[in-house]
Amino acid sequence: MNRRKNSEAERLNFWEKLYIPEIAKGLGLTFSYMFRPKFTRQYPEERFEPTGSYRGRPVLVLEEDGERCVACGLCSRVCPALAIEVQAAETEKEKERYPEKFEINMLRCIFCGFCEEVCPEEAIVMSKDYDLVFETKKDAIYGKDKLLVPIAELQDRLEFLRQYK
Amino acid sequence: MNEISWILIEAGVKALIIIGMMLLVAAASVYVERKVSAFIQLRIGPNRVGPFGLLQPFADVFKLFLKEDIIPAAADRWFHRIAPVISLGVAFAVYAVIPFADYIVIDDKIIQFGIAPDVNIGILFILALTSVGVYGITLAGWSSNNKYSLLGGLRSSAQMISYELSMGLALVSVILITGSLSLTDIVRDQAGWRWNIFIQPLGFIIFLVSSFAETNRAPFDLPEAEPELVGGFNTEYSGMKFGMFFLAEYANMATASALIAMLYLGGWQLPFPPEWLGLQPHTLAMALAQFAFLVIKVAVLIFFFIWVRWSIPRFRYDQLMNLGWKVLLPLAIVNILITAVVLYILK
Ligand code: SF4
Ligand code: SF4
Repeated sequence: MNRRKNSEAERLNFWEKLYIPEIAKGLGLTFSYMFRPKFTRQYPEERFEPTGSYRGRPVLVLEEDGERCVACGLCSRVCPALAIEVQAAETEKEKERYPEKFEINMLRCIFCGFCEEVCPEEAIVMSKDYDLVFETKKDAIYGKDKLLVPIAELQDRLEFLRQYK
Repeated sequence: MNEISWILIEAGVKALIIIGMMLLVAAASVYVERKVSAFIQLRIGPNRVGPFGLLQPFADVFKLFLKEDIIPAAADRWFHRIAPVISLGVAFAVYAVIPFADYIVIDDKIIQFGIAPDVNIGILFILALTSVGVYGITLAGWSSNNKYSLLGGLRSSAQMISYELSMGLALVSVILITGSLSLTDIVRDQAGWRWNIFIQPLGFIIFLVSSFAETNRAPFDLPEAEPELVGGFNTEYSGMKFGMFFLAEYANMATASALIAMLYLGGWQLPFPPEWLGLQPHTLAMALAQFAFLVIKVAVLIFFFIWVRWSIPRFRYDQLMNLGWKVLLPLAIVNILITAVVLYILK
């Protein structure tokens, strides 16, 4: 029988058992917290500026001579949420193929970044865009008009990928 | 018109004023509650609706009005409907006997600040009504036909009965000192810094802790302990009926604060001789000053209620019962004994 008692009565000393001094201490602490600087960010006015490692909505890279995507369909294949639909078409250029239709359903996308990882051309990358708003399910399907983003705006992410991918 | 109807009209007008005041106080305490909790947790709190978010409580009430009012199919419709009415009605009814200031004399006519502040059973009336208040919560829990609601309701009745005892016994000491059950007499007796908190420090603490339990406020908010009971007694309520429980909670808090102020903090007594401000007794200016100081005292106490809620975690059920029966009750009895002996010797 060497079971040690560990009841509440045993652990606390007399003053702690009285509750009142301990409660007063706790109240003092919370009172002092009332005057500390606040953490809250006032969202629409004060925006969060993500760094290159941030995974916002996936976008297609647009270079001076057109999009990079060669419509290989790998991103569509790998996407765990089945959010991407690509339809390829031929061109006269040396690249030969381009996506006639490229759609990402933003209601399905889970921002995993697999599409970016698998793309052989670094044509689809995650952007910093995080406030996605739409009113209907149709609006949530982003076509090429919304997906294509000039390469200049994606430098942070491309830099990040070059370093860590 | 005969005298009775005049009295009825007077009481009706006063009741309307008091109810309006209570609704404002409830709205203000909701706002203060949200702000204080935010500040303690290093947040900012509501700041979008109106300047500094001051209109937030009104937006909340408006939202509740627009919500669908759902009565569960298996609920007892009749009791489900009247439970929130009981809760809120009782919270308001207590104000019938609370004196907001000393009476004033205008053209040899005595005007009371309060509906019936002079009744000689003031404290008994309040104790009786707060006991009825528990029916609101218990009926809400029972009539919802939901196990969590029922548990919340049962807890609330057990808790209220346990703590009413020590609350009543703490009051007995105050009554022994004053020799009257009327709140006006008790307040008058505390003139000139002879506040009961200094004469009855132990009784004050007992009463304070018990009123936390009576109003179901944290750390004794077991009837609505979210982590274990979903929402407690009001799980099955929605729309404005939920709003009424919500309002009743804050009205009860204001009632408890007013009672503590009356019984222990000198009620409407000024904390300095009224001559300093050149005030004559029983004039309107005097009554307004007294009312202002009562409001200040109540506001400080409401802030204290809120501050405690965001500082101290909820008690376990057995701890709650232990504290009520094994600590507060014996202490209250000892307190009565000491008070009685001292009073006997002094006489
Ligand atoms: S981020 Fe993930 S879920 Fe979204 S489109 Fe790319 S692969 Fe699909
Ligand atoms: S974005 Fe990349 S992976 Fe997807 S189809 Fe175009 S080239 Fe292939």
